[in-house]
Amino acid sequence: MENYAQLVPLIILIPSIGAFINLFVGARLPERAVAIIGSTAAILSFVVALLLYSYLSGGGAPVVVNPPFFDGWIRVAEIDISWQMRVDTLSVTMMMLVTGVGSLIHIYSAGYMHGDPRFHRFFAYLNMFFAFMLTLVAGNNFLMMFVGWEGVGLCSFLLIGFWFDKTRGVGWRNSLAARKAFIVNRVGDFGLMTAIFLIFWTFGTLDFYRPGEIANVEYAAHHASAAADDGHAAASDHGESASAHGESAVGAEEGAHGASTGSEVVYTNNDHIPTNQLGVFGQAERFLEEHHQVDFGPFSLPIETVLVLITLFMLIGAAGKSAQIPLFVWLPDAMAGPTPVSALIHAATMVTAGVYMMVRSNVFFYEADLTSLIVTLVGVGTALVGGFIALGQWDIKRVLAYSTVSQLGFMVAAVGIGAYSAAMFHLVTHAFFKALLFLGSGSVIHGMEHGHHAVSHGHDDHHDAHHQEEFDPQDMRNMGGLRHKMPITYITYLIGTLALAGIFPLAGFWSKDEILADSWLVGLFDNNIGGYIALGGLLLAAGFTAFYMWRQVTMVFYGSPRHEAAEHAHESPPTMTIPLIALAILSIAGGFINVPSGVLGLDGIFGAHRFTDWLAQSVVHAHAADFQALIALGALGLAVGAIFLASNLYGRDRAVVNHRDPLQTMATTAPIFSFANARLYWDEIYNRLFERPFNWLGKFLADVIDWRFWHDYVHDQVIGKGFNTIARLLANPVDLGLIDGVVNGIGALTKWVSGGARRIQTGYVRTYAITLLFGVVVVIIVLMLPLINNGG
Amino acid sequence: MVQTEAYLMLSMVLFVLGTMGVLLRRSAILVFMSVELMLNATNLALAAFARQWGSENGHMFAFFIITVAAAEVAVGLALIVAIFRTKRSINIDELHQLEG
Repeated sequence: MENYAQLVPLIILIPSIGAFINLFVGARLPERAVAIIGSTAAILSFVVALLLYSYLSGGGAPVVVNPPFFDGWIRVAEIDISWQMRVDTLSVTMMMLVTGVGSLIHIYSAGYMHGDPRFHRFFAYLNMFFAFMLTLVAGNNFLMMFVGWEGVGLCSFLLIGFWFDKTRGVGWRNSLAARKAFIVNRVGDFGLMTAIFLIFWTFGTLDFYRPGEIANVEYAAHHASAAADDGHAAASDHGESASAHGESAVGAEEGAHGASTGSEVVYTNNDHIPTNQLGVFGQAERFLEEHHQVDFGPFSLPIETVLVLITLFMLIGAAGKSAQIPLFVWLPDAMAGPTPVSALIHAATMVTAGVYMMVRSNVFFYEADLTSLIVTLVGVGTALVGGFIALGQWDIKRVLAYSTVSQLGFMVAAVGIGAYSAAMFHLVTHAFFKALLFLGSGSVIHGMEHGHHAVSHGHDDHHDAHHQEEFDPQDMRNMGGLRHKMPITYITYLIGTLALAGIFPLAGFWSKDEILADSWLVGLFDNNIGGYIALGGLLLAAGFTAFYMWRQVTMVFYGSPRHEAAEHAHESPPTMTIPLIALAILSIAGGFINVPSGVLGLDGIFGAHRFTDWLAQSVVHAHAADFQALIALGALGLAVGAIFLASNLYGRDRAVVNHRDPLQTMATTAPIFSFANARLYWDEIYNRLFERPFNWLGKFLADVIDWRFWHDYVHDQVIGKGFNTIARLLANPVDLGLIDGVVNGIGALTKWVSGGARRIQTGYVRTYAITLLFGVVVVIIVLMLPLINNGG
Repeated sequence: MVQTEAYLMLSMVLFVLGTMGVLLRRSAILVFMSVELMLNATNLALAAFARQWGSENGHMFAFFIITVAAAEVAVGLALIVAIFRTKRSINIDELHQLEG
């Protein structure tokens, strides 16, 4: 087995090079070359990710890699932050997901963005996103993660506003959406930064793990004994660096003290490392054992409280990036970006960064009970709100956007109840089917636009003619009957829908079921109220999911076309359909990576809880949930029921008439529908609650405080007039009066004194003579005084 | 023998007269003569002390003073002549150009 782990810097370098080439010379290259450069960079990084996977699945130990040229990235006083990368199962899972789904989306984009004037820039941004996202997941410290975190935020901003120059105000709306995403994310970043500051203050480092440190000691010990039983001596196969042996499975017989194999000592736990040499998670575990008090200068807090604070601030960060209540409002608007972007960044990868961060910090979250409950509530609330709003949307992408919000809520809720591996599992499967659905919707929109183009060309050859009339290619009310026009898109979309709805045996079924089963178990055995809340809320949200997805499928693909554009729509080119097929296969098979034991003998084929075991190496508190037949069947029944309900409502002929939803026409459901359609008035509430007071405050600060008080009063009155007054005072009485008075007075006095004294100089010899005489007499008297006294 | 006190009394009277002359007279010549009177009053006192103590020092001083006075007369008279040539007067009250 080669030590592929050292290749990890390439995974960031390759997309960076691709981005630079496309950014600087892409404008002069033909479209095909740009697409090839961009896609090749993506696929090459996928290859690197596969090599890393093969390294780890071959029994390789987690490694901390120091890339060349970046040693001692930030070194100020006691701060020493290196540009280090962590190769372990969690980061490699994310890398494979990002590069795998991302490569497919690169290929798809080559077809979707065909003919766009900024084609090269799009690919440069996509590659840039790759580089930052991989920095985020590969970094071994919170600061690198933060760099990636901000970088993907920037790419998200650039790509949401990619069509900022569209006509008729659309471009303006796009750039507003981009700004909204950016600003809302800044609110979350504040939380993340505060968390990072707190972590640094508490632990004195930002590293996740130090080289040689073992993340999951139990796992390492377990595997060490397994390896010892098998008689393996893996150490000799490993690479040369001692760090690679940190979690190596050798020396179990020697127990905690480690064993010497040849020249090196191999440890199976961290007991030999002093606390301040550990990464943040190792230190946190030590601190918890010692009941450490964290010193904050004027006061100190127990480590448990500090962890609650850190995780709460992390939750704010995660809420921003992963679109949770209260910061989810940017994600639906982010659909203004091109559809591949929605699929890659705003569904499959970037928005899962918050979940990744929380799973990465599972040691913190596991110990912070209060935060975990809040995380559960936030996740469940988001799942319900997102699912409910999706029921009432017309825009094909908006439904998917709210669906994404809702599914991210599932993952966050899973983190809240401590089901970290279930959260990651759902993250992976969701990436497959949500990317598929977005790309499918992109294919539909593409077909609709071309259909519309064909129609308007029939009437008028003028190219821009169709831009003048009102037509929304994303409005599902204009669609219908597309299954005959776009068969591949239809079938793959159907697979994605069923996977998302959680129909057996597609990917979504397994991952959603694991979250539900885990929440049930947590509620039952740990007596954790959060488990029951999660179970109830997520079941309801799962029902919503099945309903709105089937509503969408019915409105888009079934029935008869409701607009002539839909009649003339046609299937998309192979560059778009091939990624759809690939993702459809992943959506079918993706769930089998983590089948629970004892379900129809599937674990015999795929192995039980493979994914959880794989993650356990890097996620300390990963655990598998046993299959709960009752809950699985209940959820499945709920999903099937919701699908039947939706199919009954929307499947009838002419169900959607005059742009009205069947729910709208029924008196009982009309208010609910309008509530969902208005997105719960969430944006309006924010407008009232934050924007208006903010504007009012801004105006107040500008007009009253800055202009009237600061400028007119403080500057003009106090400073300006005060300065004048003081200057005048200093000039007149002080300078002219006092200073000049003293100087002139000395002059005048001298003049007066000398005027008197000069009269002594009469010029008459006689005067001088008599003065002389007096002088002599005085001298004689003085000389004679002793004589007179003695004589007297 | 005449007592020393008598010489001294005479000397003092002469000196005071000379002083008065210097201070009160307007004519440069008379002022000059008054200075001579003061010098000679001093000479008298010196000679009287020399006689009393049988010392030659007093005589020596008296001769010195006579010599210096002779020289002074020569210089002084020359000055007076020069003054008279410029001012056409030897009234010292008119000589107050150095007044402050």
